[in-house]
Amino acid sequence: MEPAWSTVITPNNRLLRLNLREVWQYRDLCMLLVRRAITTQYKQTLLGVLWFVIQPLLTTVIYMVVFGGIAGISTDGLPQPLFYLSGIALWNYFADSLTKNANTFVDNAAIFGKVYFPRIVMPLSIVISHLLRLAIQLGLLLVVYAIYQLWLMPGAIHTNGYLLLLPLLIVMLAGHSLAFSMLFSSLTTKYRDLQVMLTFLVGLWMYATPVIYPLSTITNSRLHTVMMLNPVTSIVEAFRYGMLGVGELSWWGLAYSFGVMVVLLMLALVTFNKVQRNFMDHV
Amino acid sequence: MQNAVEFEHISKLYRLGTISTGTLRQDLQRWWTMRVRRREDPWLQIGETNDRSSKGISNIVRALHDISFNVATGDVVGIIGKNGAGKSTLLKILSRITSPTTGTIRARGRIGSLLEVGTGFHPELTGRDNIYLNGAILGMSKAEIRRKMDAIVDFSGCERYIDTPVKRYSSGMLVRLGFSVAAHLDPEILVVDEVLAVGDAEFQKKAIGKMQEVNRGEGRTVLFVSHNMAAVRNLCRTGILLENGELQCSGTAAEVIDTYLSGQHEKPADRCFNGEEAPGNSEIKIRRMYFVDTDGHTVSYGLISQRIGLRVEYEVLQDIPAFTHGANLYDATGLHLFTTHDNNEPQAGIVGKGTYQTTLWLPGNILQAGHYTLSFAFMRYNPFEVIYHSEPLIQLALLDDMEAPTRHPQYKSDLPGLIRPVVEWSKAEKLVVK
Repeated sequence: MEPAWSTVITPNNRLLRLNLREVWQYRDLCMLLVRRAITTQYKQTLLGVLWFVIQPLLTTVIYMVVFGGIAGISTDGLPQPLFYLSGIALWNYFADSLTKNANTFVDNAAIFGKVYFPRIVMPLSIVISHLLRLAIQLGLLLVVYAIYQLWLMPGAIHTNGYLLLLPLLIVMLAGHSLAFSMLFSSLTTKYRDLQVMLTFLVGLWMYATPVIYPLSTITNSRLHTVMMLNPVTSIVEAFRYGMLGVGELSWWGLAYSFGVMVVLLMLALVTFNKVQRNFMDHV
Repeated sequence: MQNAVEFEHISKLYRLGTISTGTLRQDLQRWWTMRVRRREDPWLQIGETNDRSSKGISNIVRALHDISFNVATGDVVGIIGKNGAGKSTLLKILSRITSPTTGTIRARGRIGSLLEVGTGFHPELTGRDNIYLNGAILGMSKAEIRRKMDAIVDFSGCERYIDTPVKRYSSGMLVRLGFSVAAHLDPEILVVDEVLAVGDAEFQKKAIGKMQEVNRGEGRTVLFVSHNMAAVRNLCRTGILLENGELQCSGTAAEVIDTYLSGQHEKPADRCFNGEEAPGNSEIKIRRMYFVDTDGHTVSYGLISQRIGLRVEYEVLQDIPAFTHGANLYDATGLHLFTTHDNNEPQAGIVGKGTYQTTLWLPGNILQAGHYTLSFAFMRYNPFEVIYHSEPLIQLALLDDMEAPTRHPQYKSDLPGLIRPVVEWSKAEKLVVK
């Protein structure tokens, strides 16, 4: 008996060819890449992993001074550190993995040009490795939360059962980040100027997301609708509502965000597959 | 015999120039002029200058065209051809770095290549971590790497530094470590592109050694791309010849090398001359010049360690006074290397009308590998007179021989120099100072 063909190489014209089995075969690679990303990030730095904590803390202080202090933007009655930290933790996860992934093809051209593995393993590993950072920052949030809840303002924060949505919210954030970054990385193989644009775009995007202000300050109903069109908005708001008891939990918003994520992921996979087949020809 | 790899109608097209202008601004501008204003593509000129083919209109380049062949399991196939013939593109498609435009490749088993040395090494990670990472990139599972870890570390010879970040490694150690991982991938189908490994003699030697070991020991399939005909001849059983993206011929390695070399020659290695155009004069005409090996078989190339015969058939057109022969050998640059005269006693008297044949034997282990041309002459003594001296008519290709006595068996790369004589070395002895 002849063993069956284990590899069949074709022009691959089908648009949506996920080949999850193949990705699963490379799960070890994915996890090793995750480990590499985590262990090498702060190697040979003075403070090491502490940077995961220092960076959001410093950002929070800056926001407290600039937006809370000078600009006097409301935090929905929440203590400023809690408000900003909760937004920053989620936003950082989304934005960091997005910017990091946007150059997947260009950054890894050397590897991709020499050896085959499902390219999606790369962005996937980044999204997973950033989860650790998110966990640490959420831990930091928890510490600050405990300080307020138990000591500074006992019982003033109304955490509720909707906090259980957190895993779903994180998956949605990861999905969005993955979708956007895959779309972007596919385009940057052709247009390098998008790399420059992305940093700028992500900066702007943050201001269109209720990170430094609560959605409730947007009273103009048209502007409110526009805000809700941003699929990240309802995720951040839902998290704040569950964790801190203040915010807008909109099921419609979450459903919309989920739908957008699914559509974008499909689109991203199609583009990504199309690019990964032949991008070596024009990198 | 079952096939390890089947190539079916593989074609690959590249579009030149006009895929994209490189920046979004220019592409939008192009889209605007072409689709909205219905004008000509403002960037078309850029594409045109890139086009090397004679057809100026087409900006499509055919890197591979309708390649079909099968590789039997356990075979060692040499893929040869000039630069740009499509060898590397074929390997790239086989290793799935780029996809074919049409056609299908089917393969049994893991495809590994010895090019991917140290792919994905991260300078901050230790040797051990990098072995895991590199191995996983090449397609090994974590458990598999763990099983082979000792062997890999052993082979690399980096045991002492295995838990040190590789940024502290010397470049040689990095290559050894990388190669060691690649060598332990144990693919069912091994791809070796020597073209890309040129320059590092040590590496080449190891790669070729591993290739032989893999093939002989475990009967694995090897695809070998090389410019070095001697290596192909030594290592490969079968071969395919690519020319301008098309499959020129396939067959045994020797046959394919033959075709390749005869296509490369400025002059053929075997020439027949008919009628009046044949080189010569009114007395003698050369009818055929070719090479034979010691068994008398016609050959188009030789090995530097072999005796090779130049056989000349000539026609004496009328009864003429006896004469003798001579030949000249020139190298590829036209440098006259030597003259040789027939040292047999010439017949006395008259040579009758008819066709004759003579063979002169070039000794082995004198000439360096390369291309040589030969001219032939007829002359008489007493008084000395050249009856006819042809121009260089045929060309001899001499290939290096891995088993030549002029090379140490463990040295596998080039031996430079103009000639390759056997030199006698006496054994070193210790000097005793009195």
